[in-house]
Amino acid sequence: MTTTTVIESPVNYLNVKHTVASWLLTKDHKRIGLMYMAVVTLGFLVGAVFAAGIRLELATPQGDLVSSDTYNRMFTMHGVAMVFFVLIPAVPAILGNFVLPLMLGAKDVAFPKINLLSWYVFVVGMILTFGAMLTGGVDTGWTFYPPYSTDQSDSNVFLTGLGVFVTGFSSILTGLNFMVTIHRMRAPGLTWFRLPLFVWAVYATSLVQILGTPVIAITVLMLALERVAGLGIFDPTLGGDPVLFQHLFWFYSHPAVYIMILPPMGAISEVIACFSRKQVFGYSFVAFSSLAIAVFGFLVWAHHLFVAGISPYSAMVFSILTYAVAVPSAVKTFNWTATMYKGAIWWKAPMIWVFGFLGLFLIGGLTGLFTASLGVDIHIHDTYFVVAHFHYIMVGGAIMGYFAGLHFWWPKMTGRMYSDAAAKVAAVLVFVGFNLTFFPQFILGYLGMPRRYHMYPPEFQVLNVMSTGGAMILGVGYLLPMIYFTWSFFYGEKAGANPWLATGLEWTTQSPPLPENFPDTPIVTEGAYDYAKRETRVA
Amino acid sequence: MPNGLAAHADDHVHAHHPAQQHHFETLQQQAEASTLGMWIFLVTEVMFFGGLFTAYMIYRLWYPEAWAEGSRELDIQLGGFNTVVLIGSSLTMAMAVRAAQTGRRIATVVQLIATMVLGLTFLVVKFFEYKHKYELNHIPGPNFTFEGPHADQVQIFISLYFAMTGLHALHMVIGFGIMSVILWMAWKNRFSPEWYTPVELTGLYWHFVDIVWIFLFPLLYLVDRAGHFA
Repeated sequence: MTTTTVIESPVNYLNVKHTVASWLLTKDHKRIGLMYMAVVTLGFLVGAVFAAGIRLELATPQGDLVSSDTYNRMFTMHGVAMVFFVLIPAVPAILGNFVLPLMLGAKDVAFPKINLLSWYVFVVGMILTFGAMLTGGVDTGWTFYPPYSTDQSDSNVFLTGLGVFVTGFSSILTGLNFMVTIHRMRAPGLTWFRLPLFVWAVYATSLVQILGTPVIAITVLMLALERVAGLGIFDPTLGGDPVLFQHLFWFYSHPAVYIMILPPMGAISEVIACFSRKQVFGYSFVAFSSLAIAVFGFLVWAHHLFVAGISPYSAMVFSILTYAVAVPSAVKTFNWTATMYKGAIWWKAPMIWVFGFLGLFLIGGLTGLFTASLGVDIHIHDTYFVVAHFHYIMVGGAIMGYFAGLHFWWPKMTGRMYSDAAAKVAAVLVFVGFNLTFFPQFILGYLGMPRRYHMYPPEFQVLNVMSTGGAMILGVGYLLPMIYFTWSFFYGEKAGANPWLATGLEWTTQSPPLPENFPDTPIVTEGAYDYAKRETRVA
Repeated sequence: MPNGLAAHADDHVHAHHPAQQHHFETLQQQAEASTLGMWIFLVTEVMFFGGLFTAYMIYRLWYPEAWAEGSRELDIQLGGFNTVVLIGSSLTMAMAVRAAQTGRRIATVVQLIATMVLGLTFLVVKFFEYKHKYELNHIPGPNFTFEGPHADQVQIFISLYFAMTGLHALHMVIGFGIMSVILWMAWKNRFSPEWYTPVELTGLYWHFVDIVWIFLFPLLYLVDRAGHFA
């Protein structure tokens, strides 16, 4: 299977029907993927506005722009918007929806109606949460710890919690759908070890979504009952335990980090193989490391509670397990590096985003080990060190990986190319802007600046101004793709079925794909990354 | 859409079962996917209830006396009666699935109605239990009153009682709604030995709801009943 000529049909999933109803009632996974992209981009803009507010306030040591109370609401709503409405759905619900059935040689996901339902559930959750933001917002921190979220807050905790609760079911339904799809919808000959690594990553993610998300749902429900009816479950005056909330919350919310990072890791595997023109080094290790991350990810939650008064013995166990979860992540990073080694690296935009991902994920991952260490964590807990660490993973890792995947699959999604040069500029701007924003925060945290305050001692101003300046560059880096992708959608050069000469079933059908994906069900006879048999590259 | 139509014609050389959806290759693939989906959904349900069970477990270990006190407030006879009713409804549900599998339409309809009647019986009994709690001011919150040395912790027990049985009852109401649809489909003779997946999936769901109760009954009603059975 070297150069396959694809017979183009004039009909594709985008132009098959044009009415608004044909989008809002579609059961096509590709259209649902794009609809997710629209709402997630909206969520990103909302989260970004709050981030800009935070960085502007922190440009000066005095709390001169907003009040403490407003500042509390800003960082809370930044976190809520970014975590629940951007990071968790970004790669699985946008890229996963679009490419997963194509990669499997299937006509659609197993349950197309449930897929559409999950989008509507997501939108309802978003309306509730953003409605809460518009009517005064919420000031508890995105973690909703009681008593901040029970009797100590007069903000819209209930409505925000309801929105998060509803949105969770969208994530559960997506995970369920993808898991059944991977089990039951693979094309003939597509055995488990011929699956692209993105599919393995999405599978591991689905596992976390179905096991973790119901727990946050019930936890938020208990919190809502506590707040509204005064149940007492989290109220120490009755004998309830607020720390129980933290356990239940992090039982989901730590694995949720792997919902955010595993699918981008899968996208990275695809892009790195294509643009190194090489088989992924240690395929099965990369595949199983995804599952290992999903499983270990459930056993580390209490590292968020090291200073919450948990028993020192359980803290030790959780610290060791947290170190253990770094192993499969390191396996991936080493294997990606080994994939590039002696590969014919093709300097196209998706690969530049991958380089950015690798650098930022490396720093984010290694600083995670600092926070996993019991002694060091006492010093850096609730400081900007932690803020910097998780932004390196969630933004540096997950969002860079999302953009790598988006730049890779964009020609497939739209049938058009974008400006390679502009995309490279954006990748470099994001990388530089990101480091300038968040690296100073490691130092700030180490020096003792706590998170979630809108005032700080004057000696921290230089580093904070650097951070604010970096955030501006970062903002430009994120705006650029919106511009050149929009341009590309209407005026971009035609991409053809396989502009990257990539392996994988999604590249064997036309771009944009047919409404039913493939003219005939494909039959698979080889592994996922048989780049050895392909011509090396085009100019 | 010329290309799509051509592919469609190729696919449909053999007539498909009317229930088969277009994106599946065979009816069997569809049934396997639906069943797997239902099992995964039940796993999410286990995790959903799991949060409450965890809270229950921790506070029971901390406050065993309050748990015993609170448990004695529950009516073991009504709870026991409901347990029998619910196990009975699982039996009729299993018989409904079997009837659908063997293509007996009237038997499917009758067994589904029996399951729904038993489910409704459970909910009516539950309503009177809740009503009794309300009359005693045992609803958690500012108006909660309880005579005893561990009143505050008993409130946590009662809170968990309401949360757990309330969530369980909500699942039964949803099951009731699903069964109404399935009943209508069975009445319209939509099922056959070749395709009865919806009945089977409803059965799986209903058995799950039953099993939750099988755990809830001893955990809530029988905490401290040795020697207290009256």
